[in-house]
Amino acid sequence: MTITTNNTNLNADNGVNVEALLGAREQLSGMPAAAQFKWRATCEWINGAHSRSTVQNYFGLGAEQSHRTKFTLDADHPELFAASDNGVTPPELALTALASCLTAGVASIAQMRKIQLHSVTATLEGDMDVLAILGADTDARNGFSNITVRFEIDADASEQEIEALVAQSQKRSAVFDIISNPTNINVEACKA
Amino acid sequence: MRRTTTAVIIGAGHAGLAMSRCLSERGIDHVLLERGEVANSWKRERWDSLRLLTPNWMSRLPGYQYQGSDPNGYRTLSQTIGFIERYAETMVSAPIYTHTQVRSVTRRDGGYAVVTNQGTFRCRAVVVASGACNIANVPACAEGLPSDLFTITSRAYRNPSTLPEGGVLVVGASSSGTQIADELQRSGRQVTLSVGEHLRAPRDYRGRDIQWWLDAAGVYDERFDEMENLSRARSLASIQLVGSPSRRTLDLNVLGERGVKLVGRLAGMRDGVALFSGSLANMCKLSDLKLERLLDRIDEYADRTGLASAVEPSHRFEPTRLPSNPPMSLDLRGGGEIKSVVWATGFRPDHSWIDVDVFDRRGRMRHDGGVVDAPGMYIMGLPVLRTRRSTFIDGAAADARALSAHMSAFLAVRQAA
Ligand SMILES: Cc1cc2nc3c(=O)[nH]c(=O)nc-3n(C[C@H](O)[C@H](O)[C@H](O)COP(=O)(O)OP(=O)(O)OC[C@H]3O[C@@H](n4cnc5c(N)ncnc54)[C@H](O)[C@@H]3O)c2cc1C
Repeated sequence: MTITTNNTNLNADNGVNVEALLGAREQLSGMPAAAQFKWRATCEWINGAHSRSTVQNYFGLGAEQSHRTKFTLDADHPELFAASDNGVTPPELALTALASCLTAGVASIAQMRKIQLHSVTATLEGDMDVLAILGADTDARNGFSNITVRFEIDADASEQEIEALVAQSQKRSAVFDIISNPTNINVEACKA
Repeated sequence: MRRTTTAVIIGAGHAGLAMSRCLSERGIDHVLLERGEVANSWKRERWDSLRLLTPNWMSRLPGYQYQGSDPNGYRTLSQTIGFIERYAETMVSAPIYTHTQVRSVTRRDGGYAVVTNQGTFRCRAVVVASGACNIANVPACAEGLPSDLFTITSRAYRNPSTLPEGGVLVVGASSSGTQIADELQRSGRQVTLSVGEHLRAPRDYRGRDIQWWLDAAGVYDERFDEMENLSRARSLASIQLVGSPSRRTLDLNVLGERGVKLVGRLAGMRDGVALFSGSLANMCKLSDLKLERLLDRIDEYADRTGLASAVEPSHRFEPTRLPSNPPMSLDLRGGGEIKSVVWATGFRPDHSWIDVDVFDRRGRMRHDGGVVDAPGMYIMGLPVLRTRRSTFIDGAAADARALSAHMSAFLAVRQAA
């Protein structure tokens, strides 16, 4: 059923190159092998709960690729847990990953629907019973028992269109899928 | 039995029968081959309590229109079978060879060889009308189910007594899944319904059947070659609807009130435990938003055509009520509450017997609105084949007219050459 909107603006510009995205979809559908990507990260322990992750290379379009530059991200635990608080906690990193993924989705879907965005703010909260990670409650889950995301969006669009943007962005989001669905994880270890 | 004809129609459901009628009108000599009997799918592949979710008037076929006293009612299963059988008897003059299963179709001498368990037919044109729902989809993770758990597809399900007593997990919340979940919950079993992407709609809106609105507002006339995302339109799940004498609405709120537990999409199995996606809220939101847009469109249509004053006032429905803490997993191993699983996860056609190079990478037939990518081959009865109406009995008339016209031109060119 077609979406009819009164707010479409042919000049809407959210800084998203829709033609390139649609072109990529078209091209990659024709060569599924090129669509197989590998995303990578490395992480080095520094001290205590403090670690530094590095992201630079990934694989896609059948070849090794690189980011424009090497990115580093520090993670740690807060002082409340007797740590040095040199960075955000890993669960907070997971929240930022979800937020960024949904936000990027909102921007590109708005662009496809020719909706001009003015501001997009997402506020996230994850509920966690830390007794589980402290090993004091084996029934509780280690991870979040619930995540809430609240988007505040200023755009040339109706309330309904804004809700639809956010709903569609969840449907297309990699991190939403990673967090909401089970993923098989293989962890290997060896002596360096 | 004549073995050489101009055209062979495979399948004597309403689609094949409608095509036969159109070919006869054009004087194209043909036969119908049916592995079972006329209306075989309705006789062998549907549950007992099924009623059509389209009103009686909405089953127009070439040369047939509902004349009974209850145009807004919904045919029971046996009425549906009777209606298709009567159509075959009164409107179809070509021979229908029943209990004739097509085992292969191959290209031969510029035409086709159609091999059946009753011998081989030769023809210049083939119409594949063998149905869109031959195989029930079952997700890959079904392999991880405990082997002693009772499982069944919506295609094999007949009534609650098919299932053992005890809790049931119904996977899939389109029209089949919601209807079966409703019936099982009423039978006294605790039903858990796994909900992925779905479409909800009220049975009646502003005093008229929702199908009446979709028909009138032109939604069902949207053409395949004018759709922004055709492959998505073709893969859309059926709307949550049921046909009943009380004209009741069947959606997740109704099921929730009845005591059905809602969980997210089945995302995987781990050690005999079913894992559900955390996307339930978004799936329901998407469906609520789609319903809003549909009702907006209907209201616009009513305003534009002056109908608005003749029908009940516009209104909106309560959003889907979400369970506060839907379980993320369910233990399916023996001793747990769940004693059976019903797969209501959609269907796909079986074209494995077609030995002609007409399939894409994903095994779907390459065709342009039913004109298959092989000379003289046609397909009928797939969802959104030529319009959104094609998904329904009501769509076969226009599709058969268009495709029989195409075949007629094809045969004329071949004749001239
Ligand atoms: C549960 C369910 C409910 C539905 N409810 C409605 C509804 O309310 N309203 C509506 O309009 N539509 C409804 N539909 C959709 C559609 O109308 C039906 O699927 C309908 O049966 C399709 O008709 P058809 O003629 O295309 O295929 P079918 O009715 O499936 O007929 C195909 C025929 O081909 C035969 N066949 C298959 N393979 C071979 C072979 N190799 N050789 C020989 N013969 C073969 C089969 O035996 C069958 O008789 C429903 C579908 C389902 C599954």
